[in-house]
Amino acid sequence: MLSYKVSRRGIAAGILVAAALAASGAAAQKNYGPGVTDTEIKIGNIMPYSGPASAYAVIGQTEEAYFKMINDRGGINGRRINFVSYDDGYSPPKAVEQARKLVESDEVLFIFNPLGTPSNSATMKYMNSKKVPQLFVATGATKFSEDPKTNPWTMGWQPSYQSEGNVYAKYILTNHPNAKIGVLYQNDDYGKDVYKGLKDGLGDKAKSMIVAEATYEVTEPTIDSQILKLKASGADLFMDITTPKFAAQAIKKVAEIGWKPLHILNNVSISTGSVLKPAGLENAKEILSAGYLKDATDPKTKDDPTLKDYFAFLDKYLPDIDRANGNLIYGYGVSQTMEQVLKQCGDNLTRENIMKQAANLKNFVSPVFLPGVKANTGPNDYFVHEQLQMMKFDGQSWQFFGPIISAEAKS
Amino acid sequence: MAVPVESTLSSTASDAVAAAEMPRSVRRGGSIAMVSGILFVAIAIAIPLLFKNFVVFQFTQMLVYAIAILGLNLLTGFNGQFSLGHSAFYALGAYTAAILMDQYSVSYIWTLPAAGIVCFVAGFLFGLPALRLEGIYLALATFALAIATPQILKLSPLEHWTGGVQGIVIIKPDPPPGVPLNQDQWLYYFTLAVALLLYILARNLVKSRSGRALMAIRDNPIAARSMGVNLALYKSLAFGTSALYTGIAGALGAIIVQFVAPDSFTIVLSIAFLVGLVVGGVGWLPGAIFGGAFVLFVPNIAEGVSKGLSGAVYGIILILLIYLMPTGAAGFVRAVLSRVSRVRS
Repeated sequence: MLSYKVSRRGIAAGILVAAALAASGAAAQKNYGPGVTDTEIKIGNIMPYSGPASAYAVIGQTEEAYFKMINDRGGINGRRINFVSYDDGYSPPKAVEQARKLVESDEVLFIFNPLGTPSNSATMKYMNSKKVPQLFVATGATKFSEDPKTNPWTMGWQPSYQSEGNVYAKYILTNHPNAKIGVLYQNDDYGKDVYKGLKDGLGDKAKSMIVAEATYEVTEPTIDSQILKLKASGADLFMDITTPKFAAQAIKKVAEIGWKPLHILNNVSISTGSVLKPAGLENAKEILSAGYLKDATDPKTKDDPTLKDYFAFLDKYLPDIDRANGNLIYGYGVSQTMEQVLKQCGDNLTRENIMKQAANLKNFVSPVFLPGVKANTGPNDYFVHEQLQMMKFDGQSWQFFGPIISAEAKS
Repeated sequence: MAVPVESTLSSTASDAVAAAEMPRSVRRGGSIAMVSGILFVAIAIAIPLLFKNFVVFQFTQMLVYAIAILGLNLLTGFNGQFSLGHSAFYALGAYTAAILMDQYSVSYIWTLPAAGIVCFVAGFLFGLPALRLEGIYLALATFALAIATPQILKLSPLEHWTGGVQGIVIIKPDPPPGVPLNQDQWLYYFTLAVALLLYILARNLVKSRSGRALMAIRDNPIAARSMGVNLALYKSLAFGTSALYTGIAGALGAIIVQFVAPDSFTIVLSIAFLVGLVVGGVGWLPGAIFGGAFVLFVPNIAEGVSKGLSGAVYGIILILLIYLMPTGAAGFVRAVLSRVSRVRS
């Protein structure tokens, strides 16, 4: 027994030595940054697994499962993904600590899809001064993608809030050019971001078309008076830029006072379970919004042949997860984009090349994107998703309609 | 919550009796404290030379938490007043520093006294109405303060200064020219110096007339009053001083993290201070460093054990620790010392 063990260890050591020799020989042609070997790419991630935003933790779980699937298939260009994900509890100082741990202690190649506007605001300066990619951040704040010159190491993924506002403007100009718009928005960077996109999209007509605007603070208990003010202004199109709790209040109040505007609700509040049901599904009928990913929670998509791989992935790698969670498909889509970037990098796995390839996505499509939605980036265009499609709530689920609308490219 | 305080009280009381009876052991206890203090400073000075920058940064954060816990200890451990609102003072200090650096280009060194003064005034004023509240009722009132703070920081009238939900990004200070240290090492030594200074001041305060007055109020307010201690003044001063310490910690925290935002200062932070206080030992000043280490490192250990159950693992560690060291690190150290001296004699 003993001799067997020793000999096996000897063989293993021999293989290791051989591998090391091979690696040192091959390294001449290959270009590796920190965290990369011939057999592994180390990627960092920061998620709120605990704390007030822990509902988003499912994104981290999906990504971990996705990379496990890739590893089971033999990795990317023969390298398995070592996905190191830490909890920041949605606390900015903790996010800084975890980012530093990933970069300085774990020595990851880059940090992928860290979640939350406050956490990413806290780490952006550090990541850019260290020249470590902060790639595909999970927030819609425009500031993470709008300035590749100042922050060349930070890039978003989902449509920015401004892109979304922009798409609503284009839809309104084409289909309701004479609308009188009443805008309600949350008085913070998110609300102002969406509103700016809308105003920029309306251009010269913004002044004449927007007849009223009202704001609220997240601390306010109700927004009834704002809704009454908008109705009194004579607006016939209600641009509703609110977060879930206020969106539910707004939908309810609009129905209560018998105001019948065309109601456009922004994407952050489209959840059937947490917004539309509490507001009353009847009241929510005919509301418009926009999206860019398929709605896999809709039972009708179950037989969609393009989503076969997605459902097979869930069956095998996340069998116990609640399928009604809309974040699953997000995690899948963003991981697939990451896989594409790593494939494009080939054997040149430096931090510089990661950013270069992330800024070199050409008409990338994933089966979980809406048909026609393509991801495109360039050295001066860090907005991955800029295309959305309008959708309407039919009382049960969201139905996509009309063409794919592209937000104006900003660079 | 009252249990640890009472048990420490009785043990300090018995220590006092023992000290009065055996002056020699006091001298020996004093020399042990001196030696361990020197040892601590020596280790603390060596840390940046031994570890990577990231670990140095973690130790800096630990010192910052230790200063905040030191402040809470002055209030709870020595004056017997509870506070769940220290995240508010920490936030106030952090924002004072961040706004001064961001908008008025004040040097980071001068933000510390500024944060201390602002927090002292705020703590003193909050202490006045809190005078009418005792024990858990005061805990509830301060709890409200902690809950309200992040929301107040988001208010739009203040956004010009606070940056709203986005917070403020500040520039990391460089070491003074000619000092052969990198930013992290320099900030570590800077924080260490501030921590040592504040520790010595706290120790002197506790040993002074005022310190005895504070403890007298804690142990028996009626007796303290009949001996001529101005209860209202001393309780408010204790609140102010405690807030001053926590505010300076907040300012240091903002400088080393380079960022402040309302979501950094939730009630969770207050609870972390309280946990650190109890773990370190209520009413024992050096306990703050153990408390700071616990606050910073134990959540990381818990996360390393299980990501999904990190909260549960944290809870188990906390329960085990309280079970093994019911009076925190203070009781543990005391038990070890008494055993050592027994063996010697």
